[in-house]
Amino acid sequence: MGETERDDARRLAAEARNRVRFEEEALELSDQVYRVARRLVSTREEAEDLVQETYARAFRSWRSFTPGTNLRAWLLRILTNLNIDRGRRRQRAPDEQPLEEGDYFLYNRLESAVRDGGGGADEERVVERLSQDDIVGALSAVPHDFRDVVVLVDIGDFSYQDAASILDIPIGTVMSRLHRGRRILKRELAERATGGT
Amino acid sequence: MSVEIGPCEKCEEMMQPFLDRVLSEAERAEAERHLEACPYCAKRYRFEESLRQFVRRACSEQMPPELKAKLAALRTPL
Repeated sequence: MGETERDDARRLAAEARNRVRFEEEALELSDQVYRVARRLVSTREEAEDLVQETYARAFRSWRSFTPGTNLRAWLLRILTNLNIDRGRRRQRAPDEQPLEEGDYFLYNRLESAVRDGGGGADEERVVERLSQDDIVGALSAVPHDFRDVVVLVDIGDFSYQDAASILDIPIGTVMSRLHRGRRILKRELAERATGGT
Repeated sequence: MSVEIGPCEKCEEMMQPFLDRVLSEAERAEAERHLEACPYCAKRYRFEESLRQFVRRACSEQMPPELKAKLAALRTPL
C-alpha cells in the first residue's frame, strides 16, 4: 500500500469511528426525544413515526452536526421541522380568548374547590385534585404554537435559548409563548379539575 | 417589613422567571427575600413548583421497546 492509500484508509477508518460514535450518542438520547415527540403530536403512532423519521434523517446527515454542540437540541430541531413539513395544521386563530387570569388563577380555583370539599388546602392536596388524564388532556388542548414551547421547556427541559434555536424563533417569542402557553394550560386544567367554569 | 396578604403583582411577575432560573443574581436574591416575608406568594410558589413536576411526570411516556429496536436498526451497517 502506498502513502496515499494508507492516508485514505486512515481517514475512512476515522470517519467510520466518528459515525458510530455519533449514532450511539444519538440513540442514547432516544428516550428523551420520544418523550418530547409524544407531547408534540396527538397519537402514539404519530410520535413513533416522527421519531423514526428523525433518526433516519439524523443518521443520513450526521456530518452536518458540529461535535461538542447540543445533540439533543439538534435532534429536536430535525423533529420539529419534520413535524411542520408533515403539514401540521396551521392554527388560524391561535387562541383568541382573553386570558385575564393571572398566574395564580389555577391555584386559587383549585384551592377553593378543595375548601368546598371540606379539606385543608395545602399545596400537595391542591395539586392532587388533578389526574394524569386531566393533565395530558389539558396539554393537548393548548394550541400548537404555545404547546411546542411549553413541551420543550417544561417537559424536555430545554433552555429558552435551545427552544428558540429548535423552533427557529426569537428568544423573546419563546418567553411570551411560554408565558401564555402555561396560562392556557392552567385554564384548561382548572376547567377539568373543577368541572367547567 | 409588611406582610402581603392579597395578590402580589411584583411576585407574580417574577414567579415564572424565578422557577425557570433565569433571573440575575440580584433579582433572585430579591425574590427569595420576598418569598420569605410573604406567605401568600410562598404558598403559590410551592404550588407552581409542584404543579410543574406533576405535569412533567404525568406527561412523560416511556418509549415503546419495539421503537428502540427499530431506531437501532436504522444505523449505518458497518
